[in-house]
Amino acid sequence: MVGASLAGLSAARSLRRQGFDGRLVVIGDELHRPYDRPPLSKEFLAGTLGEADLALETDDEDLRAQWLLGARATGLDRAERAVRLADGREVRADGIVIATGAVARTLPGSGSLAGVHTLRTLDDARALREELASGGRLVVIGGGFIGAEVASTAHALGLDVTIVEAAPTPLAGPIGAAMGGIVSTLHGDHGVRLLCGVGVKGLRGDERSGTRVSPDGARGRVDAVLLEDGRSISADIVVVGVGARPCVEWLEGSGVELDNGVKCGADGRTSLAGVVAVGDCANWYDPRAGAHRRVEHWTGARERPDAAVATLLAGGAVEPGVPRPPYFWSDQYGVKIQFAGYAAAADSVAIEAGTADDRDVLAVYRRAGVPVAVLGMNQPRLFTRWRKQLAAAGS
Amino acid sequence: MIPACRLADLPRGEAHRLDTDPPVSVFHTDEGELFAIDDTCTHQDASLADGWLEGCEVECPLHASKFDLRTGAVDSPPAKLAVRTHEVVVEEGVIQVRLSAAAPNPPPCVAARLAGGPG
Repeated sequence: MVGASLAGLSAARSLRRQGFDGRLVVIGDELHRPYDRPPLSKEFLAGTLGEADLALETDDEDLRAQWLLGARATGLDRAERAVRLADGREVRADGIVIATGAVARTLPGSGSLAGVHTLRTLDDARALREELASGGRLVVIGGGFIGAEVASTAHALGLDVTIVEAAPTPLAGPIGAAMGGIVSTLHGDHGVRLLCGVGVKGLRGDERSGTRVSPDGARGRVDAVLLEDGRSISADIVVVGVGARPCVEWLEGSGVELDNGVKCGADGRTSLAGVVAVGDCANWYDPRAGAHRRVEHWTGARERPDAAVATLLAGGAVEPGVPRPPYFWSDQYGVKIQFAGYAAAADSVAIEAGTADDRDVLAVYRRAGVPVAVLGMNQPRLFTRWRKQLAAAGS
Repeated sequence: MIPACRLADLPRGEAHRLDTDPPVSVFHTDEGELFAIDDTCTHQDASLADGWLEGCEVECPLHASKFDLRTGAVDSPPAKLAVRTHEVVVEEGVIQVRLSAAAPNPPPCVAARLAGGPG
């Protein structure tokens, strides 16, 4: 198991549940045991959940696994079927599950300024939480879900928050422009500024410390975000939330075919026998969509390992089932946002319950009259009914 | 025993939430069995009666934790603690629930609210 987050843990559990009794090695580049990432931008950042609450394993759980944590995989040797680690060790295996996830994208040249954060890992969240505690002006670059959740949490903590989004409407990719527009009105409702349709030119460092280079190479502390239209926005803290890229560089030249992550069949198989891939790094063939889709959702990382492990144990002899439509959620300003299906496939979207003004819409996306996706804002009951219906229609 | 509703008023595949403290829900499975469990997910404040009922399992409507209706055990994370199960009987067409004497496992946000008193 290369990867010790939700997808890796779920695969380890699936292996044991499906009767695998052999040696199980879980390799993770972070030092932490598997933890839940969704709260990192919400309850953990807000301080209402602690680190112990994030643990994904239960107290009495024993997967009889050997955990190699703080060990980064640097290569896969196809002939030996071995995973090479950064410290020189090699782990040989009969079967390999690739679950190395994704890393947050950064802005070119922003890495060395203090006060600039991305949010992906527990360590990221600890660092950001510490900075948010001192208050001030926060600029969030990117109006996607991570950016919106950080903005919501920081606003609740009392910070002055501005979001900069390059696209004309936030969330247009995942939920479409019409609903992206409605969901992102939540920012304005709470006094968070949202600037759309403008790119970021760069970040400016603090003048006083800008000429000093600290021991870690930092060029001082960020004090403004410079926009492409010439404006500059003062900032004490900047969060860059511009998506993630799959962690698959270590597989280059291994024979595992890469294409926007690890290219996988509908059952998680890769181009190498005995190697499957799951989670954010895996670009699975989705029979519903008729195309490969790299899904970065929690539910995908939880559900797909069951199928991938069955594939691994059966040597490819199982027929993959049709997966449920992709599902994700977000919490912003106390509003529960839920989405399932494929927004990009739709040619229409209609509000079936609630209203945009009340921020409680239940919207159904259709293609040629057939439902392909559903969005809910504070509509968990109706949303779940629609989600179930979408799954039944496609299987 | 607490009366829930008439069996005839709870179709298969549906759930009925009782206004108890903490709330309890009765599930009528597609196979025709009845189960009662605590309604609040042990992960976060969500009503399992609003969830996805499939076989003898309910999935939380928010974060997809799954609970076994027969035992209350967690079948799928992010929840880690079981929900309580309660005895169900049908008497003269009315579903009745006998509440468990065990301590519930409310989610952290609800537990904090309870600890902080009313409100």
